[in-house]
Amino acid sequence: MDLEWMAWTAHTAVFFITIILMLCAMTIWQTVSPTIERRGFLPIVTTRGDRLFIGLLGSAYIHLAWLGLTDLTLWAAFVIAMIWMVVVMRWG
Amino acid sequence: MDKWEDNKAWFLVLPVFIIVAFSAIIPLMTVVNYSVQDIFPGKRVFVGAEWFKEVLTSHRLHSALWRQFLFSGMVLLIEIPLGIIIALAMPKRGWGVSASLVTLALPLLIPWNVIGTIWIIFTRPDIGLFGATINSLGITFDHTSAPLDAWVTLMLMEVWHWTPLVALLAYSGLRAIPEAYFQAAKIDGASAWATFRYIQLPKMRGVLTIAILLRFMDSFLIYAEPFVLTGGGPGNSTTFLSIYLVKIAVGSFDLGPAAAFSLIYFVIILLFSWLFYQALQNVGKGENNG
Repeated sequence: MDLEWMAWTAHTAVFFITIILMLCAMTIWQTVSPTIERRGFLPIVTTRGDRLFIGLLGSAYIHLAWLGLTDLTLWAAFVIAMIWMVVVMRWG
Repeated sequence: MDKWEDNKAWFLVLPVFIIVAFSAIIPLMTVVNYSVQDIFPGKRVFVGAEWFKEVLTSHRLHSALWRQFLFSGMVLLIEIPLGIIIALAMPKRGWGVSASLVTLALPLLIPWNVIGTIWIIFTRPDIGLFGATINSLGITFDHTSAPLDAWVTLMLMEVWHWTPLVALLAYSGLRAIPEAYFQAAKIDGASAWATFRYIQLPKMRGVLTIAILLRFMDSFLIYAEPFVLTGGGPGNSTTFLSIYLVKIAVGSFDLGPAAAFSLIYFVIILLFSWLFYQALQNVGKGENNG
């Protein structure tokens, strides 16, 4: 199958593979030990999947804000986003 | 046994998943791929986050975004109170109910681009009923050259088009209130305002939340009506996000920046859709607890 029209690059491939692996890992985790709804520092009751979504959406905004507001390297935003992900998943 | 039934359900969802993959996920992946490259016929160059930076720091995006929030904010400020007033004024029984329901539903049934065309003709300064009447009163009105007039026309069109939806939702909320509440209010000698404030408004909370969020989302995505009516002009005065996006993608064929813009727009919409979903979930819970 010719996928030239999709204009794949190594970077975006890694990005999507990470997302897919993340979803697979979450599915396996859910099967092994089902999530329990709980309430952390976020103002709503969340499941593990909710927190992953909030974490990813928040990470997108962190990257966009970094790009829009600073000229520094994007890796710094990546580190902040990773910290955000961990905080939301653990204490959200 | 339960386990087996659950697994079988997944196979029934599979066709939908395949359709969504073809119609949404694969195109979205392509947009992501486009957003990090400069694409020429037969050649593509990786540019990293450059298009995102360009779009995010673009003055035109900021003004389109600001315009979009202003528009959606004004839509809510006008349509929600007006819809409630109309719903309160609607008859509660008799032939008037069907008559007013049909009349209110009419604007909702017209295709969106036709609405734009209707309002172009209606507000034309030379032959349009509205435009010509206003001009004959000595007030200069021309939505093709004056930004303020374009905004007034757009708001009038939007309010005419969508207030009926708010009114219908509010009306359904009002009709669902048991008569006993009003009888109790009457016995207590409650004023009309007190009845509205302490009975009707709290009971309409659920439908009004839906109305507010639906109207916000719809007005945030608006494209067809302003595109037909003003084409984003005069100048850029009515260029909303979707119109600006089409100008970049189709007008100047800058696929990279257009893809980056689409993704930023998508993330904004995703955030509001999620808030919309959360609010709806909590409305249900609030009513159960109360």
